[in-house]
Amino acid sequence: MTTSATAISPGAPSSTGRSGVRALTVREALREALAEEMHRDEAVFLMGEEVGQYQGAYKISQGLLDQFGPRRVIDTPITEMGFTGLAVGAAFAGLRPIVEFMTFNFSMQAIDQIINSAAKTLYMSGGQLGCPIVFRGPNGAAARVAAQHSQCFASWYAHCPGLKVVAPWSAADAKGLLKAAIRDPNPVVFLENEILYGQTFDVPDEEDFVLPLGKARIERAGSDVTLVAFSRMVGVALEAADLLAERGLSAEVVNLRTLRPLDSDTVTASVRKTSHCVTIEEGWPVAGMGAELSALIMEQAFDWLDAPVTRVAGEDVPMPYAANLERLALPTAERVVEAVRAQRSGTRRASP
Amino acid sequence: MAALPPRMPGVPSSPPVNEPTRPAATQEPLAPVDLVALYRDMLLIRRFEEKAGQLYGMGLIGGFCHLYIGQEAVVVGLQSLARPGDSVITSYRDHGHMLATGMDAAGVMAELTGRAAGYSRGKGGSMHMFSRERGFYGGHGIVAAQVPLGTGLAFAHRYRGDGGVCFCYLGDGAANQGQVYESFNMAALWSLPVVYVIENNRYGMGTSVERASAMRDLARRGESFGIPGFAVDGMDVMAVREGAAGAVARARAGEGPALLEMKTYRYRGHSMSDPAKYRTKEEVEKMRADHDPLDTLRARLLAEALIDDAGLKALDRDIKAVVGEAASLAQSSPEPDPAELYTDVLVTP
Repeated sequence: MTTSATAISPGAPSSTGRSGVRALTVREALREALAEEMHRDEAVFLMGEEVGQYQGAYKISQGLLDQFGPRRVIDTPITEMGFTGLAVGAAFAGLRPIVEFMTFNFSMQAIDQIINSAAKTLYMSGGQLGCPIVFRGPNGAAARVAAQHSQCFASWYAHCPGLKVVAPWSAADAKGLLKAAIRDPNPVVFLENEILYGQTFDVPDEEDFVLPLGKARIERAGSDVTLVAFSRMVGVALEAADLLAERGLSAEVVNLRTLRPLDSDTVTASVRKTSHCVTIEEGWPVAGMGAELSALIMEQAFDWLDAPVTRVAGEDVPMPYAANLERLALPTAERVVEAVRAQRSGTRRASP
Repeated sequence: MAALPPRMPGVPSSPPVNEPTRPAATQEPLAPVDLVALYRDMLLIRRFEEKAGQLYGMGLIGGFCHLYIGQEAVVVGLQSLARPGDSVITSYRDHGHMLATGMDAAGVMAELTGRAAGYSRGKGGSMHMFSRERGFYGGHGIVAAQVPLGTGLAFAHRYRGDGGVCFCYLGDGAANQGQVYESFNMAALWSLPVVYVIENNRYGMGTSVERASAMRDLARRGESFGIPGFAVDGMDVMAVREGAAGAVARARAGEGPALLEMKTYRYRGHSMSDPAKYRTKEEVEKMRADHDPLDTLRARLLAEALIDDAGLKALDRDIKAVVGEAASLAQSSPEPDPAELYTDVLVTP
């Protein structure tokens, strides 16, 4: 299989037949997904800091308090471990909580409840006690908020069995994947991105638009190199693909969409076609998603590779505040182009 | 849905701070209880735990195994106040709680030996067993993690308006974890139907309450949240019932959480590998001799002629048979199929 596409987004080579599209920001898409699923299932509720009266720290939940009332849109105290554990307990009892972290950086306060309670209890109970819950919020770097508010937690959560981990890029991803996450009977970590919230994409104008978890999407078809990315880095990869096209190189861009389970079929099928792969992520390189992808490709597509996989990642430092240093710390399309060039010329980089 | 809306900011939902702890206004006289049944429930836990200790010694139970011997009156007294539909959650010293909620002794023992017939099909062990049917939500191995989880079970009772109460047990050691107070705050803020039961057995593993707690009067730990607290003799099952009734009634009436400090004692070490050098043999012997919950209730049963020696012997035989059958299944049940390694990681629709 070369693509498992079902959604529409700019640059899509594989659009399905459809009635039409609407332009939505990622923020609007997330809000629609929340509202539609809360309408659909009375057991779904939203809790977190400032989700109600304040209308959401990033306005994802704007209007939901008016629509659903304080029973289902619940403002919490600043108490991440407490409200996360509370929501996990409510999920054990069969409710379907959506926990908003103001940023995933704050989920570190609650990570014991996410891993030890939400992710492991189904197994420890021999299948008796499921935990249908979504943990969502912005992940990774925003802009100029420095080290404690800029970390990417993708590989932390993707490491753990018992979780599903989703990282949408476009508004279509955001809507279709969030609806799927809320309906999923398992705990889902849903990693959004603050910079993407205001970006606009086409979203299929369907009454109930749901995307499958665990399926990547080919955002742009190409034949010379596979660029694998997730979340905001999909945009960087597409930008790099444009620059590469100017150099006469055809890049295929894989939007992972889900990090656990990883859609290895789509990734390796693309690599078998292009024989080259560059992974792109905002997070740190050590034990990151690029490391996992590199191992996966080595295990499953080694004989098709014409060069070692290259990782483009965030620099291996805490995020600096200064604007110039922050720019240097994050992957850019230019860095991706340089990685592709070095890979093709056989120049080995000393470090990712 | 009959559920109350969450409290809005500025609307007090709990008693004023510093208000002395008091019994709930809603407390009704306790319904008569079958004392022989309470004795039987405690005896089952005692004999079950003794057998578990033996099987551990024989190498049939691995890893951690935390015995409840000495603390039987707490869970049996509390659960005698529970109703169908209530929920129960505790930490890792959990075998007694499972038996008191009516879980099958053989299923529990088979889990201790890691066999297919265990409640978690051998994948949870001593610290991780659950029964949705009996309202038992674990069995949690991370000290105090069950407190927010139990608060969430109470949240679900309130969300659904089902009238249920969560009995959330924790130890004196857990009482110093921050998430306990995060939970107290939300439970009081939203008037959740939860009874927090601190089983103060004096030692968090090897550290006495005196060495771990700046304020040792654990019944008062909810005061800054307006949660009424009651200290109760946890070695006497009737005192547990009487001391807890108001707290349970308060939660059930929608008046919010309450806190019980059950002053109790464990006879055995923290776990099977604990030589218990942090306390004297005399201290243990004195508790056993003067405050054993089974001895106390047995004396009352005989004094009130609720049972005679023959009846006690018959009860002993019955319990011995139940525990014997449990031990037998725990040894005859096969280990889980190797294919079980990969099941139950995710719910597959």
